[in-house]
Amino acid sequence: MKRTMKHVLAPFVLGMLFAAPGQADAFTQADLDRWQAEYMATVDKGEKLFHGGLNSSNTVSCDQCHPNATNIHPETYPKFQQQLGKVAVLGEMINWCIRNPLESEPLALDSADMIALQSYILYERRGVALAPGKH
Amino acid sequence: MSKTINRREFLKRGSALVAAGSLPLSLVEVAFGKAAGENFTFAYISDSHITHVKGSEFVRNWDRGLIRAVAEANLLDPRPDFIFYGGDIAQLGKAEEIDHGLEILGGLNGKVHYVMGEHDYYLDLGDYWKKQLGPDHYSFDHKGVHFVVLNSILTFDDWTNNKWPTAAERMHQMARLDNPQGSPFMVGDAQREWLKTDLEKVGKDTPVVVFSHSPIQKIHKGWNFWTDDAEQVQALLKPFDKVTVIYGHVHQIQYNQIGNISFHSAMATAWPWPYPSTYTQVQTWLPKLTVEMNRADPFFERDATGWQFINLHTGNVDMSYMLPDNSNRVVAFDTRAGKPVDTKYQAVANRIPPQTHY
Repeated sequence: MKRTMKHVLAPFVLGMLFAAPGQADAFTQADLDRWQAEYMATVDKGEKLFHGGLNSSNTVSCDQCHPNATNIHPETYPKFQQQLGKVAVLGEMINWCIRNPLESEPLALDSADMIALQSYILYERRGVALAPGKH
Repeated sequence: MSKTINRREFLKRGSALVAAGSLPLSLVEVAFGKAAGENFTFAYISDSHITHVKGSEFVRNWDRGLIRAVAEANLLDPRPDFIFYGGDIAQLGKAEEIDHGLEILGGLNGKVHYVMGEHDYYLDLGDYWKKQLGPDHYSFDHKGVHFVVLNSILTFDDWTNNKWPTAAERMHQMARLDNPQGSPFMVGDAQREWLKTDLEKVGKDTPVVVFSHSPIQKIHKGWNFWTDDAEQVQALLKPFDKVTVIYGHVHQIQYNQIGNISFHSAMATAWPWPYPSTYTQVQTWLPKLTVEMNRADPFFERDATGWQFINLHTGNVDMSYMLPDNSNRVVAFDTRAGKPVDTKYQAVANRIPPQTHY
């Protein structure tokens, strides 16, 4: 992932935006720390949304059925969701839960809240091997 | 197994199990020293988590689970001797929630005994619950069996009395299962002293059945599938020939045998919980004996929820899980093996893919 970042994104995006003399791959430990802190801040936001922080019309929250974000299996998406009749991404199942047990309005798949929820869910599942399609 | 197993069929199956153990019934009774013992059944409903939204509005899904369990328990024929409710009537301990839950439970035909859950307790330390239902620990005898009810969801005084700015905040904190700011459940010194005294008058050959909300065994501390003084309570139960502990809280099928003590959990009527082993960041200890319930399909609202009826068969518990959106399960005491076993799925070769949790 870091190699992709370095070789693909950095030269084009950063180069074009800043046209600065710095080298694209010259990131420092301070950069790494900042990026990790940005991610963890999003995880923390997701953790709060997951534990009652969503605008839930009936007060039900994600953690009631999924303590520590268990039984979500983010490593298995995208997968064929037989109940939806198609291959779905995790965000679609999160929205299914928001619509049904939470009886609330779904989130845009690219919304900050949806990204935060997925950041938290994936963080609690760190270390588990990818298993796309698994049931 | 037929989805529509009724109680008569279950009782027949129970008899067949004894036959399978190739011991004549009289011998079983002699073996257990209770020639006069009577078999009987009771129903067990738990963890409804009735949730007040606003005004007269409650979470529909959780209401439906309890309403269904009550309706089905009323259809048992012949009638169970009584019904147990295993705790967590309410979600946040509110009087509205306890009242609404008791209104639904009021539809049950028969005497109901209640167990205190943490969701009933941590708003007002159980005051409203006790006002409606009486003491949180007590015992009684029925047809030669000694029944004990414990309040196992107490915790350290400092956490209860000094840590939180308001009672509502304390309740919210304890209501979150995976809360790192939570605190372990315990029976506590006072109740253990009471239990010791209570058991002194009970013959060692009398079957004892203990009800608690949390498991009186240690499975996963992080979710309070745990009672901190479990070993001390078990030690008080150790002198008896036959002991069964029945608990709620875990919203899933669990069973175990530790020495003379059989353990059985109950399903929730509200929602299922994942098995602790699926939280990959920590180590947990689900009893190896347990064949796990099917992984819940959220598209079926009542999947992996349910209620139980229980056959006290020569003083041991046979647990029948009534699962509205799934095949029913029976976990019965195998007298030859000396432990509870699933009557269909115990052998590894008999298990099915939905029982794999990860």
